[in-house]
Amino acid sequence: MYDFNYHRPGSVDEAVGLINEDAKLLAGGQSLLPTMKLRLAQPSDVIDLGGIPGLSDISVDGSTVTIGATATHASVAASSAVAGAIPALADLASGIGDTQVRNVGTIGGSVANADPAADYPAAVLGLGATVHTNSRTIAADDFFTGIFETALAENEILTKVSFPVPEAAAYVKFANPASRYAIVGVFVAKTSDGVRVAVTGAGGSVFRASGMEAALNANFSASALDGIAVASDDLNNDLHASAEYRAHLVSVMAKRAVQAAGG
Amino acid sequence: MPNVSMTVNGKAVSAEVEPRTLLVQFLREKLSLTGTHVGCDTSQCGACVVHINGKSVKACTTLALQNEGAEVTTIEGLAQNGEMHPMQAAFKEHHGLQCGFCTPGMVMSAIDLVKTHPNPDEKTIREGLEGNICRCTGYQNIVKAVKTAADNMGG
Repeated sequence: MYDFNYHRPGSVDEAVGLINEDAKLLAGGQSLLPTMKLRLAQPSDVIDLGGIPGLSDISVDGSTVTIGATATHASVAASSAVAGAIPALADLASGIGDTQVRNVGTIGGSVANADPAADYPAAVLGLGATVHTNSRTIAADDFFTGIFETALAENEILTKVSFPVPEAAAYVKFANPASRYAIVGVFVAKTSDGVRVAVTGAGGSVFRASGMEAALNANFSASALDGIAVASDDLNNDLHASAEYRAHLVSVMAKRAVQAAGG
Repeated sequence: MPNVSMTVNGKAVSAEVEPRTLLVQFLREKLSLTGTHVGCDTSQCGACVVHINGKSVKACTTLALQNEGAEVTTIEGLAQNGEMHPMQAAFKEHHGLQCGFCTPGMVMSAIDLVKTHPNPDEKTIREGLEGNICRCTGYQNIVKAVKTAADNMGG
């Protein structure tokens, strides 16, 4: 990789002060470092968030699970508090990448990177989570804006994500057998405000399947999804799967997720 | 150049490094600990797995500087007083290797696996070693070795 200036700030404020237009934030580095090794990214400055105290805290407070930006996938997967409040979230974290990636990769990195095939965005959108930054809060529905694009401003750092505890939820993915990225992943949550269905891996960005949500609001069971599919027009078409196959997988994964959520 | 300090296999080490130096380069090129291998260099194959503060990590996908102050254990740090670690002994006993290139990472991942799953069944072992690729053995003897080691480690 190209060389860069390395910074290890001790606070979020200090980190914000180090940001410039050619800088990159480093959380776990499991996406950023491979990108830099391939010379697809050439940051002038790398700002390592790994030394900021308290940024990896996990807490469950009544009806909300709050996970700090630098909490690793392994720590979320192993958290009995998370597993007790939102088992689907702990389960999702336990299926990201492999053990070694989970020991280093972070929720903040995954959500801010917004890889179209990442798992966490499905939970953030599916549960209607709130993304907290150093300067504001952003609703999940407003956060993911495109391929690797989010509502985060250049000088903004994601600090934590808070997830409302649903009545029931499940995440099911059809994983790429090599990378474990989602070819299609569907997160279904039954909340007091209705059912939410978030799809990752299939399109340029995580999205909600509103037709499925309407059907599940009327009848929360897998059979309610019979004959309901997302259009394949805008779905990804690559060497892993065609757009039509992905559209098919969305329905299959959604049904399995509803079943896993008790529907 | 910035300086990095950490503890590797129980010994305090310190060196100047370019910021882009990966942990695996630091171990192999600065410390001459060449037991940690670089296979794919893309965090897929697991030949570079070491323990950082007790957890298995791919040393090709972390910067040396990220690990300031960390406790790092490599394959060279496992044997104690000339006695192989039970995981190493089990790999030898069951011939859990052919060419041996993946073995250091495989052993390091397997030790972390047994730590988190003291009595793993075959499925748990195979899933736990998903991040390590072996192109020789077909994994059968690796699974046997990990099971034996788990038993011998008191699981």
